[in-house]
Amino acid sequence: MQEELITSGRNIPNIDPFLDIWHWPISVYLFLGGLAAGLLFFAALITILKKDKEYPAAVKFASIVSPIALTLGLLALFYDLTHKIYFWRLYTTVRIESPMSWGAWVLLIITPVSFLWVLSYYSELFPKFKLNFKFLKKFESFLQKNRLLMAYILLPLSVVLGVYTGILLSAFNARPLWNNAILGPLFLISGLSTGAATIILLSKSTKERHLFSKIDLGLVILELGLIVHMMMGMYAGSQVQLEAMQLLIGGEFTMMFFGFVVILGLIVPAILEFLELRGFKIPVAVPALLILLGGLIFRFVMVEAGQITRYLY
Amino acid sequence: MRYAMVIDTLKCVGCSDCVVACQTENDVPIGYCRDWVTENVSGSYPSIELELKSERCNHCENAPCVRCCPTGASHQLNNGIVLVTADECIGCGACIESCPYDARYQHPDGYVDKCTFCHHRLEKGQLPACVAVCPTKCMYFGDLDNQNSEVSKLLKNRKWKTLAPEAGTKPKVYYLI
Repeated sequence: MQEELITSGRNIPNIDPFLDIWHWPISVYLFLGGLAAGLLFFAALITILKKDKEYPAAVKFASIVSPIALTLGLLALFYDLTHKIYFWRLYTTVRIESPMSWGAWVLLIITPVSFLWVLSYYSELFPKFKLNFKFLKKFESFLQKNRLLMAYILLPLSVVLGVYTGILLSAFNARPLWNNAILGPLFLISGLSTGAATIILLSKSTKERHLFSKIDLGLVILELGLIVHMMMGMYAGSQVQLEAMQLLIGGEFTMMFFGFVVILGLIVPAILEFLELRGFKIPVAVPALLILLGGLIFRFVMVEAGQITRYLY
Repeated sequence: MRYAMVIDTLKCVGCSDCVVACQTENDVPIGYCRDWVTENVSGSYPSIELELKSERCNHCENAPCVRCCPTGASHQLNNGIVLVTADECIGCGACIESCPYDARYQHPDGYVDKCTFCHHRLEKGQLPACVAVCPTKCMYFGDLDNQNSEVSKLLKNRKWKTLAPEAGTKPKVYYLI
């Protein structure tokens, strides 16, 4: 028998009996950040490949979502801070070793650029609401000329943003479920997949929908592979990692993880997308919405389950 | 200079005096604590072993909380003590997530708080409050870099362990066993 008790009656809010410092805003932010990273990545990539006329949803319509997602995500992050008035301290220093510092700086650049990106498409997006000031029109045409430059800025930054949502968690070696290097690529791929799903939802052309269905199918298969990879790594890991994995396999998060993330969020939409590409009549919104919902639940599962896993007690 | 704490689990009776002393000395808000006592029972009757430990921040040499802090509020002094500057802390919780010992908490005022090895008392030449009040004198405090300090000698002559060494943090609170 081995039993450990804290006899001095420690019962600190959000720490005991298990850690619960990061609540729903963090999960929501990780989802929105990944989504924005995916959308901006595709917008930038298609612009760089000079295919922006053929895929208007990817560069134009869906890119309205990214500044909204980033703004809501940032508000969620801010809401979860407990010493809010000192948030500006993030920007008085650069901490190379801290993923959160990386994230804060990347967000500081990528958020305004995502707004500028939408502004550069303003007259095409909102033809009824004309820009009535001369300097705004000038600014818009200036942005239009520099769209390629913005794309080159956004492409690497969106990858960093997507990876960062995973690295943020994997940097904590105290939480065995998070502490695996695959989480960075896994969250990036998941973010790109939710981005592709949003483009499918907002696209009106069959050609574009099919291209992004194909891309999304590839990403989902990749994501499933990475999830298997994560589990194999955990199973080959130390005792604490084995215990962490048991939360997902046969533990309290099994239904959420396998039922809602793996099956409903990845496998079912992948099959539906495959059938749709083969010519079956399936509304594309169904797999796209499932992907988005699965991505959101995936973040909740990882954030909540990860905080339960620990070394001591 | 490398401060460390050595706690003799064979002498500790688990009275929690260290906990109360810390709460009083450091004005720890009610319901919170910077140190705590654990009771570990192992074996099966009749060969049962009981181990009592007073636990706190380990002031790790490789401190993950310092590494993860996005603002530099969590920092390490030259003498090894890990501190939090309250007015640089944004309360993001990264350090709490990164601590394998769950030694940190969010103060009701918002910033993150933890054991300081009673840094303010050390400056006056006093021992940390928990060490000073221990009725069984099972806690020792001193400089590991000094070969002749009490803590160095104890670690040379006695069997010891640290908590979760597999986390790779190189903790500086040692338990004599």
